[in-house]
Amino acid sequence: MKIIVAIKQVPERDAQVHIDSTSKWIEEGDLHWALNESDAYALEEALQLKEKHGGEVVVVSAGPERVGSTIREALAKGADRAIHIDCDDLGQRDALGVARLLSEAIGTESPDLTLTGLQSDDLGYGQTGVILAELLGLPHASLILHVEKTEAGLTVKRELEEGWFQNIELPLPAVLTIQSGGNKLRYATLMGIKKAKSKEIRRVTSQDIGQVAPPVVVLERISAPQKQKSTQILGGSPKEAATALVEKLKFEARVL
Amino acid sequence: MSGVWVVLEERNGRIARMSWEALAAGHALGAQVSLPVNAVLPGAQTVSMAAEIATKAVAKVVRLEHALLADYTSDAFTLALEQFIRAEQPDCVVFPHTYQVRDYVPALAARFGQVLIGDVTGIGGGPLFVRQLMQGRLNGEYRHSGDGTCFVSVQSGAFRADQAESGSATVEIFTPKIEQSQIRTKPGQPFRGSAQTVDLGSAQFIVSVGRGIKEAENLPIVQELATALGAELAASRPICDSGWLPIERQVGSSGQTVSPKLYLAVGISGAIQHLVGMKGSQCVVAINKDPDAPIFEIADYGIVGDLFDVVPALTEAVKTAKH
Repeated sequence: MKIIVAIKQVPERDAQVHIDSTSKWIEEGDLHWALNESDAYALEEALQLKEKHGGEVVVVSAGPERVGSTIREALAKGADRAIHIDCDDLGQRDALGVARLLSEAIGTESPDLTLTGLQSDDLGYGQTGVILAELLGLPHASLILHVEKTEAGLTVKRELEEGWFQNIELPLPAVLTIQSGGNKLRYATLMGIKKAKSKEIRRVTSQDIGQVAPPVVVLERISAPQKQKSTQILGGSPKEAATALVEKLKFEARVL
Repeated sequence: MSGVWVVLEERNGRIARMSWEALAAGHALGAQVSLPVNAVLPGAQTVSMAAEIATKAVAKVVRLEHALLADYTSDAFTLALEQFIRAEQPDCVVFPHTYQVRDYVPALAARFGQVLIGDVTGIGGGPLFVRQLMQGRLNGEYRHSGDGTCFVSVQSGAFRADQAESGSATVEIFTPKIEQSQIRTKPGQPFRGSAQTVDLGSAQFIVSVGRGIKEAENLPIVQELATALGAELAASRPICDSGWLPIERQVGSSGQTVSPKLYLAVGISGAIQHLVGMKGSQCVVAINKDPDAPIFEIADYGIVGDLFDVVPALTEAVKTAKH
C-alpha cells in the first residue's frame, strides 16, 4: 500500500507567541517548531499499516526552509521519502489554497491512501484533509482513531461526540484525517536518524505548482483574546495562595 | 441571493442545542448585513422538527428531505446541500460546528470555490468573523471576500440558544436527487467506547488534570486533592490519550460536558476543545505555571505557579478548612 502523509510544522506547544508588527501574524524569530500533534498520529498510523501490509510511506509538507527539520524527523521515524513544497506564505493562504498545493504535489503520486492530521495546532482550521479528498475526487472519513485494511478497502473507527464512536467502511483510494490518541507514538532511533540522511526529499516550489487563486477568506487581524471573566490571581507562596483560595471558595464564591 | 440560511442538525430525532445556537448566530449575522434569516433541515423524516423550527423567528423553513439522508454520510449530505445552495444562492450559510459539519462542509464549500470560516466565536461589524488561533492563545478576525456564498460554522456555547425569538414561518420541502451509487462510504451504528462507570455530568466538584502533570506517576497528588474536596477526578484529552486515566474521565468536545459548582483545572492550558466541555461550570479555578494560558481567560480564581508546589499546599488547606 502506498501511503501519503501530509504533515505540518507548527510552533512548539506552550511556545510564547507574540503578534508581529503587521498584526496579521506572529513573530517567528525565536520560536521553536515541532511536528503538529495529530499529524504525528497520522504518520504513526501510516508506519503501522506499512509494517502490516508492506508498501511505501511518503510524507509531504508545505512551508519554508525550516520545515526541513520536521520532514527529517518523519524520515527518521520510518517514512521512506518526502516531498517538500517550498512556500513561505502558508499563514496567509486559506484552507482551500493549502489543499490545492498539496493536491498538486500528491496528484502524480497516485497513492492508495492519503492521511492528514485532524487539525493543526496553530491555525486550527481542521479542513485540509477533507478539502484534499474533494479536490482529488476521493471518498474520505474524518476524526479517525483506528484503520483496518479489508478485502474491499478499509474499515475505520471514527470518533463522534461525547464518548461515542462509529465504524465506517470505505473503498480505496481514500483520504482519512487522523485524530490524536489512537496509537502510541514511536521515537526516532539512532539508526533511523542515520538512515534519514540518505532518504530522498523532492523539493517543489509553489511556483512550479502554478498560479495561486487569491484567498476567499482573509485573515485581517490577530489579537490577544479578551478575558471573559475577571480572574482573581492569588499570589504569595504556594501555602499563602492555597489558603487564600480556600477562603475565597468558602466565603466569596460559596462553593465549599 | 437569498439571505442567511442556517443549517440545523438532527440528533436522534431532535434538534440539538448547538443548532439553536447556530440559529441565534444566524440572527446576529442577519442583523449585521440586514438580510432575512431562514432555516434548512436535512434528514429523512423532518416534518415534526421542521414544525418546531417554524415557531422561531425565521422567514422560511425548508425540509431538505431524502431517504438517503437517514444515516449521515459525507457524500449524501454534500450532494443535498450542494443542490439546495445552487437553487437558493444564499448570501451566507451558517452551521453549528459539530463533528458532522467538520466532516462534510469543508468539501461542500470547496465545490463552490469557497472556504468555511469554521468554529466562529463572535461576529463583528463588517462582518468580521472571530475564531481562535494557537489553541486559544490568540483570536483571528476573518473577512469573506468576493461575492459568492459565505460559509460559517459556530462554536458550541458562543451564542445563546435562548436568544432565538419566536415567530411563525412557512415550511417548504426541497427534494435533492441522490442515488445510492453516489454514496461511497458505509457508516455503522454509533456505539459507546466503554461502559460508563462515572457520571461527571452530575458531579458537583471536579478536579481536572492536564499535560502539566508530566507523568502518570504524578497523578496521586491530584487524586489526593480530589479526595480532600470530595471531587471526581477528570482530565483533558492528552491524559486520556496517553492512557493515564480512562477515556470516560475526559472532559471536552470529544468527552463529557460538565457543569459542576467547582471546576479546578490543574496544569490544563485550556484549548478550545477542553473549554467547550466545562465552561458551564459555576466557579472555575486554574492552577498553571503559564500566566498566559487561555484557561485563565475563563477562570474565576487563578494561581500562577508550579502545580507540584501548589497542589499539595491546596490539599492541606482544604483538609484544614474541613476540620
